[in-house]
Amino acid sequence: MSAITDNLDLYWNGFLRSLGLGLWGLVGSLLLGTLVAIFRVSPVAPLRALGTAWVTVVRNCPLTVVLFFFAFGLPEIGINADFYWFGLAALIVYTSAFVCEALRSGINAVPAGQAEAARAIGLAFTQTLTQVILPQAFRTSVPPVGSVLIAMLKNSAVVGAFGVGRDIFSVGERLTSAQGYAALPVVTGVAIAYLLITLPAGALLGALERKVAILR
Amino acid sequence: MRLPRTTTTLATLATAALALTACGGGSSAGTGSAPVADKPTFAAGSTMAKIAASGKLRVGTKFDQPGFGLKGLSGAPEGFDVEIAKIIGGAMGVKADAIEYVEAPSKVREEVIETDKVDLVAATYTINDKRKERISFAGPYYVAGQQLMVASDNTTITKPEDLKTNPDAKVCSVTGSTPSEQIGEYLASPSQLVLFDGYDKCANSLRTGQVQVVTTDNVILLGFVAESDGKFKLVGEQFTEEPYGIGVKKGDVAFCEFINTTLKNNVEAYKAAWSSTAGKVEGAEAPTLPQAAPCT
Repeated sequence: MSAITDNLDLYWNGFLRSLGLGLWGLVGSLLLGTLVAIFRVSPVAPLRALGTAWVTVVRNCPLTVVLFFFAFGLPEIGINADFYWFGLAALIVYTSAFVCEALRSGINAVPAGQAEAARAIGLAFTQTLTQVILPQAFRTSVPPVGSVLIAMLKNSAVVGAFGVGRDIFSVGERLTSAQGYAALPVVTGVAIAYLLITLPAGALLGALERKVAILR
Repeated sequence: MRLPRTTTTLATLATAALALTACGGGSSAGTGSAPVADKPTFAAGSTMAKIAASGKLRVGTKFDQPGFGLKGLSGAPEGFDVEIAKIIGGAMGVKADAIEYVEAPSKVREEVIETDKVDLVAATYTINDKRKERISFAGPYYVAGQQLMVASDNTTITKPEDLKTNPDAKVCSVTGSTPSEQIGEYLASPSQLVLFDGYDKCANSLRTGQVQVVTTDNVILLGFVAESDGKFKLVGEQFTEEPYGIGVKKGDVAFCEFINTTLKNNVEAYKAAWSSTAGKVEGAEAPTLPQAAPCT
């Protein structure tokens, strides 16, 4: 276990970096995913088409391909930025498609009568959506969106390999390859670090689910 | 000419074995030129005796390192490390096509030795103390040095010390590599370092302007400079020494000494090995076999 205890500072920095990627990714993909979901249910046909196209393209590409497009495709056409932002953007774009679909399942679960009643009392589309539909949709879709987000936290390990680096997974690589530690204890440490991120996330989601559950 | 039947020392044995092949017609040109000893004898129970008896040598090497160990369409890895393994195998009577190659990327090199998956590892394996805790090194058989590669029109970065004064310049290397560790002290901050899983991605990012510097061992960089159509250049002196060794089971002094003696007695094959592989790259200096370190 000396592989872990000797390098606690490295592990800690890697943990923070992965956590940072995960948190920014979480905020970003929730916002973008919600926006795409709104597009997909909006009464405006071009927006619906855009939302559908977005989900179709992004959801059917492997994450590494999306990352490749950002990290190596954008610089090819003259767009240069820090690899950290490229990696984060790719992670958000990729996850947004899944968040969108999970949210849409929540939206579809809201009985049609709710939307009809909202329209009947004179609410506009935006009002219907933000006051009536989305609050109920979010509640119903906590479990599926939660699964998507936990998957995203783990996907941050893939992002690390695209020039982002210094995340917890890269720290493990560094310890085994450059410094010659045995792989098993090092990777065990990496697994523990990910569990320290994902287990509390899962517990939070469970608590959130109970708190916002709709009594029917 | 006969081999001496009485075992004196390993060194004389190895010398005799090699002298024999030298008399027996020498070596052909090109790759696979390592002389093969005819039925050499070794002290009973030694690693050499075991390998000679089985007629097979298991070698751990890289499959993705141009010039040193690259597995191409032919299916067999090619490169300087592979040729070195052939020289060592030849001295034990193992023919080049009887060598079994096992892929040994950086992170499993100690493991494949410890778990007896290979007899030796020749895989751009830098000798260092941390690694010596788990395995033993024969050699060094080559001393590489870390250098910087920049775009041809870059005039601001001419030596490693310039990285601190240009904190915006990104430096690219490979995750878990020794160069990525050693560049650390020249950087203004850790975020200046960009890491990928292969140098081809670094070179690509240098071309598109995502990074300004690529750093690793000179021989690897020279390969990229040669391919770049004049877009890349090397700058500054080599600022580290990376002695490449041959990994063997920890404490196998006899095998280690045998390897050292074999290399010393095979300077011609060593030179041929270099010029037919890594030495083909323009600007690569032909090495002289370094003085071997004592075996432990």
